[in-house]
Order: sequence, then C-alpha cells, then structure tokens
Amino acid sequence: MFDVYLLETIINGLLLGGVLALLALGLNLIFGVIDVVWICYAELVMLGMYTIFFLYSKFGIPLVLASLAGIAVVAVMGYLVHFLIISPLLGTAPINQLLATGGLLFFLQSFITLLFGVEFRNIGLRLPVLEFFGMYISFARLLAFCTAVVGMIALYLFLAKTYMGTAIRAISQDRDVMVLMGVNSRKVYLATSAIGGGLAGLAACLLVLQYDIHPAIGLSFGPITFMICVLGGLGNMIGGFVAAFIFSQVIAVGGFYFELEWGYVVAFAIFIIMMFIRPQGILGRRS
Amino acid sequence: MLQLQAVDAYYGSFHALFGIGLSVEKGEAVAVIGPNGAGKTTLLRVISGLVKPGGGNLTMEGKNLKTVPPHAIIELGIAHVPENRRLFPRMTIQDNLRIGAFTPSARKQFRERLQFVYGLFPILAARSKQLAGTLSGGEQQMCAIARALMSNPKMLLMDEPSAGLAPVIVQQVFKLVQQIRQEGFTVLIVEQNIQQVLKVVNRAYLLEVGSIKASGTSAELLGSEEIRRAYIGV
Repeated sequence: MFDVYLLETIINGLLLGGVLALLALGLNLIFGVIDVVWICYAELVMLGMYTIFFLYSKFGIPLVLASLAGIAVVAVMGYLVHFLIISPLLGTAPINQLLATGGLLFFLQSFITLLFGVEFRNIGLRLPVLEFFGMYISFARLLAFCTAVVGMIALYLFLAKTYMGTAIRAISQDRDVMVLMGVNSRKVYLATSAIGGGLAGLAACLLVLQYDIHPAIGLSFGPITFMICVLGGLGNMIGGFVAAFIFSQVIAVGGFYFELEWGYVVAFAIFIIMMFIRPQGILGRRS
Repeated sequence: MLQLQAVDAYYGSFHALFGIGLSVEKGEAVAVIGPNGAGKTTLLRVISGLVKPGGGNLTMEGKNLKTVPPHAIIELGIAHVPENRRLFPRMTIQDNLRIGAFTPSARKQFRERLQFVYGLFPILAARSKQLAGTLSGGEQQMCAIARALMSNPKMLLMDEPSAGLAPVIVQQVFKLVQQIRQEGFTVLIVEQNIQQVLKVVNRAYLLEVGSIKASGTSAELLGSEEIRRAYIGV
C-alpha cells in the first residue's frame, strides 16, 4: 500500500542528506589533500552560524549578505587553522594534528560560551512549510538541499576546470612530485583549507535556517559527519556523498518506523556493522 | 646554459656527491652515466632544488639556482622528468598535462603548448581522456615527457627514462629523446643503459660513487676500453 507519510519521510531524509553531504565533502577534501582530519570541523560551522546570527539579527544586515559574510569568515578561519595549527605540525605524527584540532574544538566551544553564553538563539526567521500532494516539506530544508547541491556542483567544476583545482586533485595522488611542476604545496594546502572552511560556512548558512544556535551545536553534526566520511571511505569525496544519503535515509526512515532517536541508533548500528565488513569504507581504496 | 662547479650533496650525514663539475650548453644533449647508487638521481634532484646542495655553485643561464625556491626552478626553464615517470595515475592525460602547465607563464600558452605536445605525440591526443594509470609503460614515459614540455622549458632533465620498460619499448623511449632534441630542447639525461644513451647524446659524464670519473664525447666514451669492459660488457 502506498504510504504518503513514508514518502514524505524519504524526501525529508533526502533533503537532510544534502547538507550532510556538503559537510562530508569539506572534511573529505581536507583529509584527501592534506591527510589531516579536522576534528573541529563542525565547530567552524558553529562559528559561521554565530556570525550570520549577529550580522542578521543584531546588526540588521540582509540575510543573503550576512550569509556571504558567514562563508567568508569561516573560509578565513579554515585558512588560519592550516596556517596557525596544521602547518607547524605537518610531518609530525598524525596524532599531534588530531590532538591539536581536537583542542581547537574545545577552545572554540568554550570561547563562544564565554562570549555569548550557553543560551539557544535563532535568527527568528520562520520559513513556510510547503504542501505537495498531502506531504509537508519544510521550505528551509528544500532551500538547504538545493543550495548544498549547487555548492557541490560549484566545487566539482572548480576541481575539474581550474589549475588550482587540478593541483588539489593531483596533490592527493603524488605529494612529492608537485614541486617539479612548479606547484608550491603550501599554497595548495592553504587554498584547500580555505575552501574546506568555505564549505563549512555554506553549511552554516543552511543550518542557521533550521536549527537553534548554541555553543555545542557542532556536536549535533560533527560526529555524524565523521561517520559519513569513514563510511564512504575517508578522503573519498564520492564515497562521502553516497554515504551521506544512505545515512540520512536510515535516520529518517528508521525514525519513521520507530522513534526519531531510534533512527540514529539504527544508523550507528549499521555503521558499526559496516566497519567490520568494509573497514576501508563503501568506496574506499586503501585496504 | 647549465653550470655546476664543485657541487657537494648530502642525505643526512651520508655524503652523496663530491665536487661535481658539469656543464650543458644550449642545444646539447648530455648524459650522466654510471652504475646504480652512483648518485645520478641525486645530481638531478640537486639541480631541481629537491636536495639542497652542501657546497659549490649551480647556475642556469647565469642565475644562481641556490637562491631559487624548489617550486620556482621550473620558471627558469628547467623541467624535470622524474624517475618512474610519476604521473598522476587517477587523472586523465589532459589533466596531467594541465598540471605540467601550472606556472603562470605556462598557463598563458596552455593551448599552444597542448597543440605542440599533441603534435609531437599524437597518441596522447587520441587518448587525452584516458586515465594516465591505464597507459602502457612507454606511453606513460611519453606522457611524462609531454607533461614536462607543457611548462615551455629550455632544458629537460630526464631521470632513467628507460628504467622498468621492456627492451622494445626502451628503443622507442630513446627515439623520443632524439625527437625532443630535434625540437631544439637541451637535454640532460641520466641513464644506466649506457650503450643506448650514448647513441643519442653529444657528450657524457661517468659518475661513480658520487664523483665524476670520466667525461668526453659519446664517441670517446664508447671507444674507451675501460668503459666498454666495465659497463658495456664487450
């Protein structure tokens, strides 16, 4: 029997997947190119959300401009994460980079708590809920999904068509030979970090439409983004993309048949089982 | 064009090159020959800035190479075709060539350069969308040379272009080297395949345990009793 509520759930899952895919893409890009996992990635999203919140709600700057500023601020943050934290640690044991970005996670959370307190804020913009054939779809989610897809297409075109994009793809295949092509690896890493930050900023623009902002909001997205990346094969952008939609569907449909929290339980259980079956990830190359 | 004077090089505390003096004139092809582990690859890596020289002078058209950062060496007109080709295996031929034209001056001439290398190696044009990792060994060497040519170099450094290739393909690779020469590029080539390489170069240096033991024209070296006995086995 056709169940309109199930279809609505699947569509909502798909829409959720767009933003998760965007987050996973940013994290995978950085890991694939620099071989470093930014544990604090979702905290950069949090910074972007606060930026947009303050510019829009406190200073009355139009939302579109505030969003663009949010993307720019997080892109600069991404650049700084590499410049100040990762770059001095490149070439040391990978655990150092994990600890450093993990430390940054707590630093950012605490710093924001200190500045703005723990209260939940939102931009106070209520977007309509759309009705199609008896299904209710949040316009904010639809907008987020479409923007995420546009963002991902833009990234694809950048990587496929530009010199810097080609260098970013190349450096993940052969690090040492790049210098013979006249490529300064440091610049490629900084560009990648800024782009990764920019993607986190874009995610912030989309999440700020749907969620309240608080200093620990990163914890709602960070762990799940890591699991998506690992499920898809760390560093594999296509794998992460596919895994994001698998994950979001499992959460949505699992939540439909049981309860919302159970959706997450089912998703994490599948993740654990998958790690036994395919530890390199769905599309992972390294075994 | 390229001048090396009393160049020393170290890997950590290991002394790899001792007082190397070497010169390559415009339009020449020069080989550095010698056994495995003699320091041939290190010599090219020093010229490309991948290994910092411990002492001595290196100049390209009068410019001091020691003051140039490694990624800027290519802008002086030195392109390095590394050992084992080192293509980007999961990228298309065309993308590999695009990376070869990464420097600002090369980007401006990307189309002309692409036409030039595709004219030189038509098989690459026919397969431009194929992943470089799926090419045969000889085609990969062709692609690696083409990638180096995309930077519009004056001089090509080639590190063991025949290594790891089947004998028939080795012949083809040396034909490629001749082809490059006919196009007017200056070539410095490092090889273990001494008999073959001496047929395509003007002059050669014999490198043994980090020092130059002999040098001369190809004919002189081919005629040298010592080299024939030690390296050619006749």
